[in-house]
Amino acid sequence: MESKFVIFPIGDNAVTIDLGNRINESLNRKVLGMQQWLSERALEGVKDLIVAYSSLTIFYDPVLIKKKHFISSTVFQFMKSKLEEAWANASPSEEKPGEQLVRIPVCYNNEFGIDLDFVSEMKRLSKDEIIQLHVSKIYRVYMIGFLPGFSYLGEVDEKLVMSRKQTPVPVPAGSVGIAGSQTGIYPLNCPGGWQILGRTPLQLFNPSRAIPVTLKPGDYVQFYPISQEEFIP
Amino acid sequence: MSLVIIKPGILDTIQDMGRYGHGNWGVNPGGAMDLFASQIANILVGNNGEEALMEIHFPGPQILFEQNAMIAITGGDFSPMLNDEAIPLWKPVVMRKNTLLHFPKLKWGARCYVGVHGGLCVEKWLDSFSTNLKAAVGGLGGHPFQKGDEISLRESTIYFPRFLKEEKNIRILPWQVNIKKVYRHLHEIFMVKGNEWNDLTQASRVNFLENNFIIHPSSDRMGYHLKGLALELAKPLELISSAVGFGTLQLLPAGQLIALMADHQTTGGYPRIGHVISVHLPKLAQLRPCDAIQFKIVSLEKAEELLLSQQQELKVLQHACLERLNAMTC
Repeated sequence: MESKFVIFPIGDNAVTIDLGNRINESLNRKVLGMQQWLSERALEGVKDLIVAYSSLTIFYDPVLIKKKHFISSTVFQFMKSKLEEAWANASPSEEKPGEQLVRIPVCYNNEFGIDLDFVSEMKRLSKDEIIQLHVSKIYRVYMIGFLPGFSYLGEVDEKLVMSRKQTPVPVPAGSVGIAGSQTGIYPLNCPGGWQILGRTPLQLFNPSRAIPVTLKPGDYVQFYPISQEEFIP
Repeated sequence: MSLVIIKPGILDTIQDMGRYGHGNWGVNPGGAMDLFASQIANILVGNNGEEALMEIHFPGPQILFEQNAMIAITGGDFSPMLNDEAIPLWKPVVMRKNTLLHFPKLKWGARCYVGVHGGLCVEKWLDSFSTNLKAAVGGLGGHPFQKGDEISLRESTIYFPRFLKEEKNIRILPWQVNIKKVYRHLHEIFMVKGNEWNDLTQASRVNFLENNFIIHPSSDRMGYHLKGLALELAKPLELISSAVGFGTLQLLPAGQLIALMADHQTTGGYPRIGHVISVHLPKLAQLRPCDAIQFKIVSLEKAEELLLSQQQELKVLQHACLERLNAMTC
């Protein structure tokens, strides 16, 4: 674990600790470990803890924090010290790919995989090679963000690293895409700029479930190909 | 008996203080755009500041109250009327049943709030009544008001006709909130520096502070696109996604800014130039497309101080309102 981090405010009611601004499994495990450490302590006045690739952000209610913790400094200074404490005390999370593996069926055909041809052309790979590369790896869920249930998974085989589209296009729910070294699944219909390879019939986000999302940071995902006939939403 | 939407407005939704605690599921907070006005609308009618209420844009809806009720309207001034009588903002109003609330004319601001005594019986999702339009959940089935929608009111122990003179259908209660301070110098928006402020060129930093930005018509509850001199980074920055907040000023690749508003997504990867301070978000929320903004940097200490003192004033106000209501009803 490298011993460097920066802490900075996100306005007057949130603070971020960033461990290195890169996609890296051990940094993400440390972030998750800090999130768990802080959740267990249930600090009064904390409204949310948001895990990202290499950073953790605490959203807080400055009024409650000030009142409950009798602080003389600024609320930000107090929250910063809590993050420093979390960094010093929390051990990295210890998920094992085998234990938290979610297998996700994907239909990689031209109707659903609207960018398969383009990726094939750009990367000089056949469609079968693209699918093979995409399903052969086990991916870590680094974070959920952007939309309810949108999972950021990494990292794809370097042969599949592609930049995103210049202009977002409408993307149907369930679409599986790639961008840079990331892959991910669109949980809802929305505009998006990732290169779309296929679609899963699974509902990754459903607000009527007690836990509305299927994937959480620290889970692992492996995709497997299905045919159009097997695609039953 | 309830409220009936006779005619919907352009965007009327149920909101509250927002949905927190589920950012790790990608669920964004949402909530009222003008949290000052929304809290006061609730406080004036004796509710908790966190109660569900209506957020209305112009053109506004026509809402028939089929039962006696007490309401307060705050925020933008759309010349609210009960039947054919104009009613003031920032004051509680009691009305007899079968009265029509409508908003004939835009005078000022971008959105107003209707707080209803007792609160509204609407859908709660993940601890909040806020309407999440993308996930289609919360408030009224996750959608804006539609013709024929009905909203029930929570039971109240107050018998409102007691407040009304026999021939009168409405009564404006004699207390009001002074809001001048909050919306004064509407176009001057304070922010604290963002983590990438120092990555701007010296010239861009000067330009940013010396020039106005104009709110683009494509702006909405998710974010305001700001038109102005393009800003430049001293050297290219590659940022990976991390959390963003209500008020975060992001620098897009073409050099333009976007101010994230209540329905912002949970994470983003653009440079953060600044963050609008909490007590100035209500001003930003009341500015309209084509309005100009002048940003000013303040310290984090100052931002906190202003926020803490505003919340203190809201508490005093809540206490005073409850006392007056109690004095009238007993």
